[in-house]
Amino acid sequence: MDIKEIIQPENMVYHKPDLLNDVPMHYCPGCSHGVVHKLVSEIVAEMGMNEKTVGVSPVGCAVFAYKYIDIDWEEAAHGRAPAVATAIKRLWPDRLVFTYQGDGDLACIGTAESIHALNRGENITIIFINNAIYGMTGGQMAPTTLMGMKTATCPYGRDAKLHGYPLKITELAANLEGTCYVTRQSVHTVGAINKTKKALRKAFENSMQGKGSSLVEIVSTCNSGWKMSPEKANKWMEENMFPYYQLGDLKDTTNQ
Amino acid sequence: MAKMKGATVVNIERCKGCNLCVVACPLHVLALTTKNVNQKGYNYAQTVLEDTCTGCTSCAVVCPDGCITVYRKKEE
Amino acid sequence: MADQEITLMKGNEAIAHAAIRCGCDGYFGYPITPQSEVLETLAEQKPWETTGMVVLQAESEVSSINMVYGGAGCGKKVMTSSSSPGVSLMQEGMSYLAGAELPCLVVNVSRGGPGLGTIQPSQADYFQSCKGGGHGDYRLIVLAPSSVQEMADFVDLSFELAFKYRNPAMILSDGVIGQMMEKVVLPPFKPRRTEEQIKKEAPWAALGRDKNRKPNIITSLELDPSVMEDINIRLQKKYAQIQENEVRYEEYMLEDADYAIVAFGSAARIAKKAIELARGEGIKVGLLRPITLWPFPIKQVAALKDKVKGILSLEINAGQMVEDIRLAVECKIPVAHYGRLGGIIPAPDEVVDALKKMM
Repeated sequence: MDIKEIIQPENMVYHKPDLLNDVPMHYCPGCSHGVVHKLVSEIVAEMGMNEKTVGVSPVGCAVFAYKYIDIDWEEAAHGRAPAVATAIKRLWPDRLVFTYQGDGDLACIGTAESIHALNRGENITIIFINNAIYGMTGGQMAPTTLMGMKTATCPYGRDAKLHGYPLKITELAANLEGTCYVTRQSVHTVGAINKTKKALRKAFENSMQGKGSSLVEIVSTCNSGWKMSPEKANKWMEENMFPYYQLGDLKDTTNQ
Repeated sequence: MAKMKGATVVNIERCKGCNLCVVACPLHVLALTTKNVNQKGYNYAQTVLEDTCTGCTSCAVVCPDGCITVYRKKEE
Repeated sequence: MADQEITLMKGNEAIAHAAIRCGCDGYFGYPITPQSEVLETLAEQKPWETTGMVVLQAESEVSSINMVYGGAGCGKKVMTSSSSPGVSLMQEGMSYLAGAELPCLVVNVSRGGPGLGTIQPSQADYFQSCKGGGHGDYRLIVLAPSSVQEMADFVDLSFELAFKYRNPAMILSDGVIGQMMEKVVLPPFKPRRTEEQIKKEAPWAALGRDKNRKPNIITSLELDPSVMEDINIRLQKKYAQIQENEVRYEEYMLEDADYAIVAFGSAARIAKKAIELARGEGIKVGLLRPITLWPFPIKQVAALKDKVKGILSLEINAGQMVEDIRLAVECKIPVAHYGRLGGIIPAPDEVVDALKKMM
């Protein structure tokens, strides 16, 4: 069969989601953010919510998320996305509202806002990209940086005596009454991406059904910050991140 | 059983040459260019084993930049 | 008006009632003395059951102001209130609100500082309110009520100005006006705006992208310095326009005055009593009361230099507005300051003494 016969509109089985526009994303090659952006774009469209979604972008690498996904956005101050999202959702209850935050934003400077929004059971989804490093500012230590892991501000490796321990904020969130769905996923393989898509869809639906807060952590790579190739970063993540940040659902009360 | 024939089209200018699609393809259909670069200066993904592709979409699903469009047709 | 209902209430309570009545969509706040009655009154009134107004006690002032950012960004009429230390915590958010050009209302029922300071009244937040407070070149529209009636009236006015200019507005009050009980005629009920009205009034709001428009993005970020400069120039033009159009002030017994007191808020009330005492002693003194602290009534204060021999800036602080008065009169006449600090309210006879000292 000639290739021209295959490349026909009716045979198209995968293309860049429509909501993801043509603006080139500023992320480094192989960055997990792009995959999650694609999933968010797909799910919003699949739920028929293009006109009723407001995203809240953070400070961090995803600060420009609003440039790439063609929905309405509010760009929040560092760490404050859950407070911003709280107000939007309470004031427009029929809107789909989510925050998109990194580890520094969510688990460090915005810990109070995250914990309290989740504890109030705000009908929002928090998407939490955990790559154990501050990417945007050039690879400094994050609250989720692993023990012994080297970053620009712990160049000799994270040391508990100096820096304390990596924060498992998702485990913390699972213990809060306000959360209905807390899960930890990844996007390094096709299988993992499909699972993450299901998790995000479920979280978004929970928020529209008024079931409470959902937190979807996505253990991610930062190959630039980790100073590895994208492929090697995925492998490193499997070997080092997954044992500490174990994948799977931590809490799901939505079927009860 | 009818065999599936696939084809990928890479948006060369959008591609950043991260190589994740190359790794994800179970049939080694894709490879990065070794000499040619796009306007951003990246080696980009291209189809090297055209006939082998089954249109499984793995490469496109893992592509962080949404550069790959996949087509699939049943072989008559 | 025959159906005017006159009520006796605290300034803080008046703020809450006025918010419900003027169609406010949301209040986000955190308790702090001396303004907690705002949130308490709202909680008691349960407007979510009547007008549909959202009332939420946040986990901090940092969070309240960012809820205000969220609410204002999606086109709603939202507000918060706090007192000095809490308003300090809000400064990051204030800067973002100004940068993203979001209309909202922040009420500061101020108290004495610095630091945790005191819970007694003070006007020491003039600089913070009028000169920035947060980072960057920005301005707030700052209204200074000097009665419970004005506390009620300025809520709607603040929203009106905030939406007119897409700029955060502040009511800078203090513990005197907030805690004091006075008679007040509450504004009439105005319904909250419908979705259609909001979309018409705030076509920039991020509330879900209609098919026929580009995404609305609320942000203050721009990494290209030339574009960022253009944004700043546009902001400055807007501020100049506000300075031109929105100055509000009150004149009191200035017609024949040889001396003027300039005072705002609670200090203006003390000034009026002091003027009565001074005039009893044959000293012709009048009052210029800035109602908008920013935009400051520069022209009106400047005009005093050809009219009076000297100005006394009466402030319950160490001398903050006095700098703006001196700038306005270009130091052509003597400008003195009198104030008490740390939560002490100056007495009218002290003011008369200060006046005599200046003479």
